[in-house]
Amino acid sequence: MNAAKDISVSRDAVADPEVRTANTRADSLPPADPAEKQSLARQPAATRAAGRSTPHESARAQVAGAATYVDDIPELRGTLHAAPILSTVAHGRLLGVDTTAAMALPGVRDVILARDIPGDPVLGNFSHDEPVFARDTVQHIGQVIGVVVADTVMQARRAARKVVCRIEPLPALLKVQDALKAESYVLPPVFVKRGDATAALKKAAHRLHGTLEVGGQEHFYLEGQVAYVVPQEQQQWLVYSSTQHPGEIQHWVSHALGIANHAVRVECRRMGGGFGGKETQSGQMAVWAAIAAHKLHCPVKLRLDRDDDFMVTGKRHPFAYEYDVGFDDSGRLTGLKLSMAVNCGFSADLSGPVADRAVFHADNAYFLEDVEIASYRCKTNTQSNTAFRGFGGPQGMIVIEAIMGDIARSLGLDALDVRRRNLYGIGERDVTHYQMKVEDNILEPLLAKLEQSSHYRQRREAIATWNARSEVIKRGLALTPVKFGISFTATLFNQAGALVHVYTDGSVQVNHGGTEMGQGLNTKVAQIVADELGVPLAQVLATASDTSKIPNASATAASAGTDLNARAAQYAARNVRDNLAQFVAGLDRCGAGAVQFEAGEVLTPAGARPFTEVVKLAYANRIQLWSDGFYRTPKIHYDKATLTGRPFYYFAYGAACTEVAIDTLTGESRVLKVDILHDVGTSINPAIDIGQIEGGFIQGMGWLTTEQLVWNDKGLLATHAPSTYKIPATGDVPEHFKVDFWPEPNREDNVFGSKAVGEPPLMLAISVYEALRDAVAFARPGRAVVLEAPATPEHVLRALTPS
Amino acid sequence: MAVPLFSRPIRFVRRGEVVSVSNVPPSRTLLELLREDLACTGTKEGCGEGDCGACTVVLGEASGGRVQYRAINSCIRLAHSIDGMALWTVEDIAQEGSLHPAQQAMVNEHGSQCGFCTPGFVMSLFGMYQNHVCKGEPITRELAQEELSGNLCRCTGYRPILDAAQAMAALPPMKVDETALLHKLRSVRSEPGVSQAEYLAPRTLAGLLQARAAHPEAQLVAGCTDVGLWVTKMHKEFTQVLDLTQAEELRRVEPYPHHIAIGAAVTLADAYAALVKDRPQLHNFAARFAGLPVRNSGTLGGNVANGSPIGDSMPLLIALNANVVLMSVRGHREMPLERLYTGYRTNVMAADEVLAWIKVPRPQPRETMKVYKISKRYDDDISAVCLAIHLQIDNNTVVKASLGAGGVAATPVRAVKTEAALVGQPWTQATVRHAMAALRAEFSPISDMRASAAYRSEVLGNLLQRYWLESQGLQQINLASFRLEEAA
Repeated sequence: MNAAKDISVSRDAVADPEVRTANTRADSLPPADPAEKQSLARQPAATRAAGRSTPHESARAQVAGAATYVDDIPELRGTLHAAPILSTVAHGRLLGVDTTAAMALPGVRDVILARDIPGDPVLGNFSHDEPVFARDTVQHIGQVIGVVVADTVMQARRAARKVVCRIEPLPALLKVQDALKAESYVLPPVFVKRGDATAALKKAAHRLHGTLEVGGQEHFYLEGQVAYVVPQEQQQWLVYSSTQHPGEIQHWVSHALGIANHAVRVECRRMGGGFGGKETQSGQMAVWAAIAAHKLHCPVKLRLDRDDDFMVTGKRHPFAYEYDVGFDDSGRLTGLKLSMAVNCGFSADLSGPVADRAVFHADNAYFLEDVEIASYRCKTNTQSNTAFRGFGGPQGMIVIEAIMGDIARSLGLDALDVRRRNLYGIGERDVTHYQMKVEDNILEPLLAKLEQSSHYRQRREAIATWNARSEVIKRGLALTPVKFGISFTATLFNQAGALVHVYTDGSVQVNHGGTEMGQGLNTKVAQIVADELGVPLAQVLATASDTSKIPNASATAASAGTDLNARAAQYAARNVRDNLAQFVAGLDRCGAGAVQFEAGEVLTPAGARPFTEVVKLAYANRIQLWSDGFYRTPKIHYDKATLTGRPFYYFAYGAACTEVAIDTLTGESRVLKVDILHDVGTSINPAIDIGQIEGGFIQGMGWLTTEQLVWNDKGLLATHAPSTYKIPATGDVPEHFKVDFWPEPNREDNVFGSKAVGEPPLMLAISVYEALRDAVAFARPGRAVVLEAPATPEHVLRALTPS
Repeated sequence: MAVPLFSRPIRFVRRGEVVSVSNVPPSRTLLELLREDLACTGTKEGCGEGDCGACTVVLGEASGGRVQYRAINSCIRLAHSIDGMALWTVEDIAQEGSLHPAQQAMVNEHGSQCGFCTPGFVMSLFGMYQNHVCKGEPITRELAQEELSGNLCRCTGYRPILDAAQAMAALPPMKVDETALLHKLRSVRSEPGVSQAEYLAPRTLAGLLQARAAHPEAQLVAGCTDVGLWVTKMHKEFTQVLDLTQAEELRRVEPYPHHIAIGAAVTLADAYAALVKDRPQLHNFAARFAGLPVRNSGTLGGNVANGSPIGDSMPLLIALNANVVLMSVRGHREMPLERLYTGYRTNVMAADEVLAWIKVPRPQPRETMKVYKISKRYDDDISAVCLAIHLQIDNNTVVKASLGAGGVAATPVRAVKTEAALVGQPWTQATVRHAMAALRAEFSPISDMRASAAYRSEVLGNLLQRYWLESQGLQQINLASFRLEEAA
């Protein structure tokens, strides 16, 4: 059977010959006369760009090797290459750096150390707790002490290993439990309470205690971290960076160079993957290259070798949990005490908001009445952990899902029944533990629909029967929900700007503060702008993110890229359109509201004109053909001190039903079957949204199965390349991998009625983990299942071993 | 860097033209040649160790009047090694403004998101197009999964890429002009390099052995899928390289009545194809050995000579009672494969010796042979434990037992004590239990990032139990071949 048949939504939109024809027609519409206009107006959908599975705007270039990434930019004459000098000790006093041997190698120009930083030697990030280069102490293996600059990359890398750092070792904290015991924190603990958890637990009919450990995750963006810094005239700087946040790069570089923000321009056409790993972590590359370029007065490129990338940059935060949960006979939660120890690494970076989001999502889809959550932001001597798709959300959800599974097993109930009994209600049981009312709840009907379409009940029975006969292999099944809050929890970041330029030939350029990392943001923005101006999609070009075009833009993160930037671009296009409408209304003596923009035409009750002609006329009449647009998310507010308010504009929902098999002799496992029902509102681009759902799921599956980060007892990350760190490969994707959309627009006013889709699907993969625990339970009936994540063969076998 | 006098240009065919590049140091990789020397940046570096496939390009060689196409990792391939071949990168396959079906299918199926892995996938697809579609062979989902397992994508979750692989054949065809190409390949296949050259690639076995004797200090390489990492990750620079892959005699698999002889220049892909031909049950294991671009470049001889304790070929070959033939200008000697090794990555080979042949016995009647690989990821991963079990059972008695194990000692090893515990015993669960204990006791594996010592020991024994259960006719007990029986 061809898996393609299972993917109903994207298939229909792409393969439908009518849609194809319509697309072609939209691209080559002849100038319409007034008589034809009527028929067009009756079928607006056929001429619209949004709502269609158009290919990614760069797809044709990408498949031909013609899409430019930072390392592909032709190098200017005199460009030098930098490579980092890494600490080989997890914690120690840095007594001295001997560069003699490195400097003696061919091609080496200089060794750049902390003393060469013209501005602040501490990075200009939010927490201001991370040195640009290690100075007096080193805090993890892989911390960067300086960079070697040479004529070629390999010369620089070779020489970097010849730099001798004298380091006097100090005791290192490598395990989060040890940091917790030592009260070693990067930020103070946070406690969120509602009701009286202690009292509720005391009177609970049933109680369970448990612990859980969930590992981190390396982003493994295929394009490693890279920056290319080019000095400009008069102490100005051009920085090409593979980054989700050009504005932050600009800020950090100017901070380190001791100059004003306006002297630094940062450009990013695209990233070869980001996933949160280039939200802050790309900044160091740019700063290091800039310091070298500043000292040596020439362009400097810094492209990390993959192994160095693993050693230097932060990852998803590993968590360790302890929980004490009370529940009634039906499995409904009556009280919960939960402690999360967050392994932040050596500095705060984004750990505060990541840990906050874990607290916000410890409910996932469930109403927690009497609850007490403690969140400890532990400091360890490892890489500084950072944003990663889900941003603490996955780490919040997995523990409550594990608790649901535990409750079901302890009561002998079906886990889906227990989950449904605990869902948020409508009109009751609908306020989160952070005091936000859940207004757009579709959880019950969504789970019911997936339960049916995935044949959950029949399969549960079939699996139980099958397992009873199968000695070695055990199958497991789980259906788990996702409710993910959309917006930056820091309200101020929920703003965006865009520029729409219409040139005199009618072609349109759109630029916004978001960045393209493969998620299709530029494609969606162009679709929205095309429709706003009523022009074919091919007429709209999205260009590189650039701090000189849109200033102060937020990171492309929190799944909010399209919500924010497509809306800002829509507003910018609307301004241009309003200018044109007013102008045409004057010509045709009608109200501006009567002017329509459709299929490359500008329509008034008097007739139709090609858009291109209107643009020429408007230009000749000195009408402004470009505009900015600005958007800020409404309704949200949030008190940082109490962690209460409405941090999220809305929730994105979804659910996945996953079947797995485990081998009780070896602990190996396979994902056999996946059914997903996910809520993207009205999709701007179904193919792109399907891509986010499938890709997010597989990435989440990797986090919970094969992707194991192993640090040795010295604090050395032993899994620092794809040879040892295993992200999912083609063979890990089940043939039955079905994705459906929830058929309802966003209930909040959001661009095109869509919902954010970047992060939420990753958490659908918690169903993989729960299905694995289900399979383990079949092998060991009547016993608690303790399965450390990721569920490697070794961890599964350990869970199967009597203890 | 000083340029030696006798350095010879690298010559290869690209876009129908002969490309000649001079003064290329012997350690330079093909990817460096492309991106830095030729400014062709369409091919990407994702990892620099042949594990992600972003750097995949396709090589063509004349073979039996046809062109043989191989997708390989350019990041760990030495540039000089493609001398005399044809090269395609992602920038070379579109024709007259039309995308190649491998490219168009990726666009149609939404197979690219960030696009950084895409050039590598496209080239693996191009290889599949040439090797399957152009020969009228269908690309099934299983084949696509197998042949694309050496290409990693972090965005899509692979489904659209697998769809693209299956969709290529339905698109308007695009052909390579093989007649013209073969003509060009003949013209570019120049004379062997002079002996003072930095990169020696003798065309004959005799030439190879002479070169080995004359330049014992030269770095001997075959497919370079491990030595390539010494360059990219350990930053080694070789003053002289001796490449054995062009020695004509060693590029063959020779069938004999009682064994096959696999030349040291035979790629892993071709060597495993030969092994699978004799023992079809090895197909799955063969497909899980690295990814296709590595199997297309690396050689079985290289895997064996390299002697990594976690190399997957050796446990299998030990269990199959394979011999190796070492050759030098002084003569040759033959020995059981496990005797090659003296310690962690050390062996008995003299400075002038080359591992020339691996001799693998043909299947015996009533032999049962299984090989099990345990790794974190199913495909393209290195074994935590590998166990190959080769028994001959007559009248329910174990007559012969041959077991090879990987990941349990400093070298690939034969489980001698376990064999002794099995031979002559009745084939029963009790015997197996006894042998499992013997097997666990026989080795003291280490703990590392792949698995703990305890896990390795535990599983080693359990794999013998799996073999026992399979011998008793139990189906569906190995996830490697597990098929979900769909409810009607």
